[in-house]
Amino acid sequence: MSVINYKSNQIFPPPPPSGDPTYQYILLKHRVVPGLRKLAVYQKEGGYEGLKKALNDYQPGQVIDLVKQSGLRGRGGAGFPAGTKWSFIPKVGGAKYVCCNADESEPGTFSNHELIENNPHQLIEGILITCYAIGSELGFIYIRGEFARGARVLEEAVKEARAAGLVGKNILGTGFNCEVIVHRGAGAYICGEESALLESLEGKRGFPRLRPPFPAIAGLYARPTVINNSETLCNVPHILRHGPEWYANYGTEKTKGFRLYCLSGHVERPGNYELPCGTTFRKLIYDLAGGVWKGRKLKALIPGGSSTPFLAATDEVLDTPMDFEGIAARGSMQGSAGVIVFDDQTCIVGAVLRLVEFYKDESCGKCTPCREGTQWLVQILHRLEHGEGRPGDLELLLNVGSNIAGKSFCLLGDSAPVPIESALKLFREEFEYHIHQGRCMVGPGANRPVTIGAAH
Amino acid sequence: MVEESNLKLTGESRQKIVALKQLYPSPRSAVLPALHVVQEQFGYVPVPPMAEVADILEILHGEVEQVATFYRMYHQQPVGKFVVKVCDSISCYLRGSDELLAQGQQKLGVKCGGTTPDGQITLDKIECLAACGNAPCIQVNDEFIYDVTPAQFDAVLDELKRAKKNPYFVP
Ligand SMILES: Cc1cc2nc3c(=O)[nH]c(=O)nc-3n(C[C@H](O)[C@H](O)[C@H](O)COP(=O)(O)O)c2cc1C
Ligand code: SF4
Ligand code: FES
Repeated sequence: MSVINYKSNQIFPPPPPSGDPTYQYILLKHRVVPGLRKLAVYQKEGGYEGLKKALNDYQPGQVIDLVKQSGLRGRGGAGFPAGTKWSFIPKVGGAKYVCCNADESEPGTFSNHELIENNPHQLIEGILITCYAIGSELGFIYIRGEFARGARVLEEAVKEARAAGLVGKNILGTGFNCEVIVHRGAGAYICGEESALLESLEGKRGFPRLRPPFPAIAGLYARPTVINNSETLCNVPHILRHGPEWYANYGTEKTKGFRLYCLSGHVERPGNYELPCGTTFRKLIYDLAGGVWKGRKLKALIPGGSSTPFLAATDEVLDTPMDFEGIAARGSMQGSAGVIVFDDQTCIVGAVLRLVEFYKDESCGKCTPCREGTQWLVQILHRLEHGEGRPGDLELLLNVGSNIAGKSFCLLGDSAPVPIESALKLFREEFEYHIHQGRCMVGPGANRPVTIGAAH
Repeated sequence: MVEESNLKLTGESRQKIVALKQLYPSPRSAVLPALHVVQEQFGYVPVPPMAEVADILEILHGEVEQVATFYRMYHQQPVGKFVVKVCDSISCYLRGSDELLAQGQQKLGVKCGGTTPDGQITLDKIECLAACGNAPCIQVNDEFIYDVTPAQFDAVLDELKRAKKNPYFVP
């Protein structure tokens, strides 16, 4: 159990014992350097040196090449190489934009939150370098509305940076001009989807756009636009400062660097863990986080946020390196690196219902398969969970799911049936038990007296 | 009580919205932040100030209303002075958020979404707040409280019953 005062500022787990080389905090340096939020402290720790280097030593195109060489891949979900994405921006005159995606709303994902509230300059520096690289003079931080404090911290940091000549006109006397605008959303998971984010930033409902054109060609205000996750951008200053070889030293062959694994659910010490890409689940969950809570056993895990399929608690899975390729080889996805742990007392039907309810609530309503389909899924799961399941319901679930995935306008629709399909593969007997016995097979609900609709 | 039709933005709110309009390459981009200003003043987004926002930003009234109804943070109706939002997504669910919600409903005597008769507290649930490592977590208006135990939740509600300002505000 964490011993953190729930009212205090220190909200994340205390730093683990030093001496272990794994714990050279880079993105999470604020955990060992008090006050890193302030510009003076950030600069004392080498902050804005990456920006200086970029502006003084490199042409924009060279910055893109460095980031390509580092192997940095997007942290928002798909893992697209950041440097390659930037190189798609056409070399035309006129306005271009960088949008930082800080909408972080995928259940199980919470790295941006910690980075923004504790080390805002790291992100701002990353945005400035990215703007320079693609020839943009305006960067936006689209931050989810619920991060009111995060937005305050960022705004304060932008003010500090502007006063120090790091944001605004003629930055560091190099002739580079760049503004950063902190833009608060207002509560909508779909605005994390990049084209919906752009719509929202233009002051509209967050409906995803048809593609092509892709944002690199026609993004914000129909101008060339780069969209990157906050954590992706936080890596950029370090790559500039220490060089791409240094960065590529960390990680695996195809997934370079380190990342924040967001560990939540039934573990002893949940929180963000900054680890080299490709660390195994076993190391994260057992060696670092103290294992499953209450001395229980692991039942299953979700490796990359709620949109990624469940994995079983096998040795093979536990020894899988957490990178894009490693997790894909086990039939799931790296996604947002939100690792959710389920103990052996969890009723999988209840958990799946909760997962799918999220997609129902967050469907933007633009297309019918997703809007209607997610409601049906929840309805069926709800009756299963409450002992009113009917024979044939499992086939019905899969059938409805297959009419959403691939037939919806955006990936939210594709994600909605994912928990159902993967849970049915691993734990079908629990769903059947619900239908036939009218109650849970495991967990506290297993002993519940059957009151309604039992076993028709 | 002022009739809703008479609700007007203060000079300060108008100034903030004008400044937002000038910040963006396109004035329409200021709609979301402008509605946050409206909600700060009224506690929800009433119709007449939305029209004022539209006029300041020189866009259609309907364009503002579309936004106000799409995003969950904008309250269409008045709510309590403090809105207590319990995250009920998966990671919080796994660590007891449903129990917190039940406890809150019982203690306050309201249903989820309801407001205490004195207008002090609205209890609601919310989707994942990106604090899953500190589950269960809640928000009081826009401020977070992490790792909430039942005893702490009880204390939070007691405190809010009397509070004038949000005690959980962290600058
Ligand atoms: C429904 C949906 C929600 C998403 N939410 C987020 C989010 O909150 N944050 C994020 O960075 N990416 C999110 N993404 C992915 C973005 O569309 C985009 O791929 C990403 O921001 C690109 O940044 P990256 O290349 O740095 O990963 C979401 C995608 C979908 C389909
Ligand atoms: S799939 Fe769902 S979230 Fe995506 S556009 Fe369609 S309704 Fe909206
Ligand atoms: S599930 Fe509650 S904060 Fe993410």
